Amino acid sequence: MNEPVNEPVNEPVNEPGNTPTGKPPTTNRTLAGKLVLFAAGSFAFGFALVPLYDVLCSVWEVGSRWTGEKATTVVEHPQEDRLVTVEFIASVPDNGTWQFAPKLAAMQVHPGKLYSAEFSAANLSGHDTVGQAVPSIAPSVAMQHFRKTECFCFTPQPFRKGETRNLPVRFVVDRDLPADVDRVTLSYAMYEQPKMAAAR
Amino acid sequence: MAHAEAHAHDGHDHNHAPAGIGRWLFATNHKDIGTMYLVFALIMFFIGGAMAMVIRLELFKPGLQFVDPGFFNSMTTMHALIMIFGGVMPAWTGLANWMIPLQVGAPDMALPRMNNYSFWILPFAFTLLLLSFFLPGGAPAGGWTLYPPLVLQAGDSFGLTIFAIHMMGISSIMGAINVVVTIMNMRAPGMDLLKMPLFCWTWLITAYLLIATMPVLAGAVTMLLTDHYFGTAFFNPAGGGDPVMFQHIFWFFGHPEVYILILPAFGIVSEIIPTFSRKPLFGYESMVYATGSIAFLSFIVWAHHMFTVGMPLAGQLFFMLSTMLIAVPTGVKVFNWTTTMWRGSISYEPPMLFALAFLFLFTIGGFSGLMLAIAPADFQYHDTYFVVAHFHYVLVPGAVFAIMAGVYYWLPKWTGHMYDLKLATWHFWLSTISVNVLFFPMHFLGLAGMPRRIPDYNVQFADWNMVASIGGFAFGLSQVMFVWIVLKSVRGGGPKASARVWDDTNSEGLEWTVPSPAPFHTFETPPVIK
Repeated sequence: MNEPVNEPVNEPVNEPGNTPTGKPPTTNRTLAGKLVLFAAGSFAFGFALVPLYDVLCSVWEVGSRWTGEKATTVVEHPQEDRLVTVEFIASVPDNGTWQFAPKLAAMQVHPGKLYSAEFSAANLSGHDTVGQAVPSIAPSVAMQHFRKTECFCFTPQPFRKGETRNLPVRFVVDRDLPADVDRVTLSYAMYEQPKMAAAR
Repeated sequence: MAHAEAHAHDGHDHNHAPAGIGRWLFATNHKDIGTMYLVFALIMFFIGGAMAMVIRLELFKPGLQFVDPGFFNSMTTMHALIMIFGGVMPAWTGLANWMIPLQVGAPDMALPRMNNYSFWILPFAFTLLLLSFFLPGGAPAGGWTLYPPLVLQAGDSFGLTIFAIHMMGISSIMGAINVVVTIMNMRAPGMDLLKMPLFCWTWLITAYLLIATMPVLAGAVTMLLTDHYFGTAFFNPAGGGDPVMFQHIFWFFGHPEVYILILPAFGIVSEIIPTFSRKPLFGYESMVYATGSIAFLSFIVWAHHMFTVGMPLAGQLFFMLSTMLIAVPTGVKVFNWTTTMWRGSISYEPPMLFALAFLFLFTIGGFSGLMLAIAPADFQYHDTYFVVAHFHYVLVPGAVFAIMAGVYYWLPKWTGHMYDLKLATWHFWLSTISVNVLFFPMHFLGLAGMPRRIPDYNVQFADWNMVASIGGFAFGLSQVMFVWIVLKSVRGGGPKASARVWDDTNSEGLEWTVPSPAPFHTFETPPVIK
């Protein structure tokens, strides 16, 4: 053994000295220590994947954050000869904490023209709270052609106890919406933000 | 031979084993710890199995009959966590504890005290996990893959789940370090690495996989924890994070984990097939290299679990082709096992029956894995029952059958008594038939489009679900026989087993040179290997 042994020698008898290879033996403790370092390195590697992921995604331009889509100015260019029905749905996953509904059930819109719609929400939870609406668009082919220029879902919405408020959304349906789509459904689910997130 | 002096003692408790509960609480003996691991795994197998029974009961007919959907989701999530981390992994560690020192001629595991800790962490980890059933919001129900943002909506169980996973991880990393140190440092003189039984080899490679990937899972769940409680945004787009990144980190652990669950099975089958074919294993070295290749490939294929997240064509091609490449070393193994049996003098004792079923049924699971590897086809199969059929074929008649084969192979060595071979053969046939009735129809359901993790389904899926449920109940009941057979042998029923146990002269594992039952202390002086 090439290490000073100042630990109690209660280890099994045929330990280090006689490894079959004849190489200088490592003690169990040294090898175990190296393996613990290896495990710690793996743990660090898991966290290193976080910046690595961002770098690789931007290099390869993968993921919705890297597709190079920049903020653009909407130029209205209505397609007067085409009408698309936009339906609105509001839902609340938890019973009793919100009243949440669209003002209008549906609208007829011309692609390429800017419209606005309103939802109304009331906080029934009995305390001040913060709501976060999560949008969903159906059918999925319409998703990339439905552009919201302003939406209450972009930011958390603080509500005082018992407050009722109208929430606006402004949108344009793209002119290149596939011709076979004549009906788009925009639905929102209203969640109460978890306490930690609300405190920030 | 060095083992001769150990004969003086015969019974189980007369080999200077400490008495009372302290023997188990403070155990440092590799055989005692191995036994505790195996008993723990068996208990978890039945708890996880009971959850599977609830799942199959609810899916017996379309509609919601017995449990509400939230509880059903808890069942699928907890079934997976318990079977993977509580059933299969501890069973492998238990077998490693029992057999690796015996196979390499070491007196014990290299780090006996750490061995004790790594076992005793487990009951606490699973108590935490199971306690979550009694918290507001119930047990975790977002799937064992813990994908955010769904998993972040869990109730109070969230923190318990994450800490339980941390503890399981620490336990299995410590177990893996112990295996590596034992194999690298404690082999008897003359036991070269390339003379080791394959179970030691596959476990050595498994141990490195564990040390490399379990900490990555620990990191991923730590990020979930801070996202949930401390306002970080690793996976929250609102703060610049990305939920898809979780899937990458998770599967960077998750795919090697698949091989952690199956490589020791390859080792066991590689020992059982030669024993009962009465021929040496065909292509020993190629088996070792194939295992190493599989382990290496397992690190570069993870994203085949997430083809549908939307990745560039080049990425899909890379992960598709690298995944298919794994079929090559796996094929080497399957052909080597088959060739070992070629012109062998085969007999069909229970371990061999389970090993043969493993060979056939694991290969079916491997083929459906190849189908899933085809990126364009995977878009159809993703998250359907076809995936459920695939991974249950590789895990149940794969890993679990190999564990049972191993137990039936070494049980006489542990207890000193041959178990009831006839009953074990019954156990084999009932299990094998019912496991196919249970899982094979799931292929059809998946191809027809039935999604996984749902408590209710379209009536078009009704018939095959009923068949699968009947298979499930039969498989579950059959496992009660296993407990009975093992208990009978432990309590001394059945004829006394010889040191070699099986009628075979080829197996060179040192475990066959010590008497049956293996004395409490073995190889206190190193054996001499020719």
